Amino acid sequence: MDLKFKIWRQDGPEAAGRMEDYELTGISPDMSLLETLDVLNEQLIANGETAIAFDHDCREGICGTCGMFIDGRPHGPLTGITTCQLHMRSFEDGATIHVEPWRVDAFPVIRDLVVDRSAFDRVIQAGGFVSVNAGTAPEANSIPVRRADAERAFDAAACIGCGACAAVCKNSSAMLFVAAKVSHLSLLPQGRVEAVERVRGTVAQMDAEGFGGCTNTGACEAECPKHVSMEHIARMNWEFVKATLFSRE
Amino acid sequence: MQSSIAGKLWMAATGLFLCLFLLVHLFGNLQLFLPRPQGQLQFNFYSHLLSSNPLIKIAGLATYAGILGHAVLSLLLTRRNRAARSVPYAYSRPQDASPWYARNMGILGTVLLIFLVIHMKTFWYEYHWGAVGVDSGGHRDLYAVVLAAFDREWYVALYVVAMAAMGYHLLHGVESAFRTFGFQPRRFARLAHRLGVAFAVGVSALFAIIPVYVYLVQRW
Repeated sequence: MDLKFKIWRQDGPEAAGRMEDYELTGISPDMSLLETLDVLNEQLIANGETAIAFDHDCREGICGTCGMFIDGRPHGPLTGITTCQLHMRSFEDGATIHVEPWRVDAFPVIRDLVVDRSAFDRVIQAGGFVSVNAGTAPEANSIPVRRADAERAFDAAACIGCGACAAVCKNSSAMLFVAAKVSHLSLLPQGRVEAVERVRGTVAQMDAEGFGGCTNTGACEAECPKHVSMEHIARMNWEFVKATLFSRE
Repeated sequence: MQSSIAGKLWMAATGLFLCLFLLVHLFGNLQLFLPRPQGQLQFNFYSHLLSSNPLIKIAGLATYAGILGHAVLSLLLTRRNRAARSVPYAYSRPQDASPWYARNMGILGTVLLIFLVIHMKTFWYEYHWGAVGVDSGGHRDLYAVVLAAFDREWYVALYVVAMAAMGYHLLHGVESAFRTFGFQPRRFARLAHRLGVAFAVGVSALFAIIPVYVYLVQRW
């Protein structure tokens, strides 16, 4: 395949960025987009130019590191996948492919396509956990969990923290990510203990990081590589209402 | 507004309150479908009943407050949301991920606000301070004002366009408001979605049909 690329280049956090044009020939349709970028980078290095910086880790769709905006959508034109699972057969031969970093001020660009997603880590630190004593794993059957609740909690736990929800949201809202964490733990008995502090803490941190607010457009759910449902946002809202109106101090 | 979720909750609360107002307003307007002589007396009597009732006056003030709160809060929240992305995407396809009306609630709401000003001038202002006659029942003849207003094609068209905007605004707004309050019926999810759509389409369509019906049938 012969392909043209328009890729965001930015030398550092403070530098001004720009879209630059690249051309590649003889690309296999079975290569992933990350592998195609690897090929492009080898060419750049051979020509004495600086390689394009991009994040990646597992290359099997479970780590959430390779988030980038491809042809106007997070992780490219398909749904339910990350960038490493996007193959060049998904594009027309001769196509021009736009690649940009997430455009969310809470995820500042470090270089080229790499953004700093530590805002999500600080949201987790603000309550997205359960406090348990470390040590030997407890007996799994000692705390019964209703099957339906376990399934819903699993759906939320599928979130890999890639940031696509905030990247695609017209408000740059991280609500689907935060909701996935709040909903996942609030559905399970181990998580109920800290439910009030969790929803208060994570929502306050989400706002402090400068993410926008949710207007339920549904773009996050449509673009989430793990299909995390917006029902978790509704559940987080309800947890927030309960924590605000009914919880004892 | 400290929390973004608190902002959402107030938008949802004022929005749903305004939906209640729409229902009450619609039930009053349905009297315009009644046959002419009784319909005129009935409609004018109802208008008198509302405008002379102190409880309705309080409800009216609450409605103004609701509209003002909904509009001002939307501006504040939109400003905050815009500030969260200072560098726009060079190439973006939002149409692939969400419906256009869900992304343009502010524009649809602005259309409704402009419509509201025109609507208030035509009926509310005229009824209270305009030169309005008296019907055979002794009540101010708002019915005649309605007939005169919808005598003009462009004015009927304006109402139909405004109600289409309201339909799309409600199509996203009603379901969104319930989600915001955490309402997510598991077994009746599809039914709840259909009820939201039915409310948006039904209320807007009935409001839009009235000027057309008055123009085509009641004027003669």
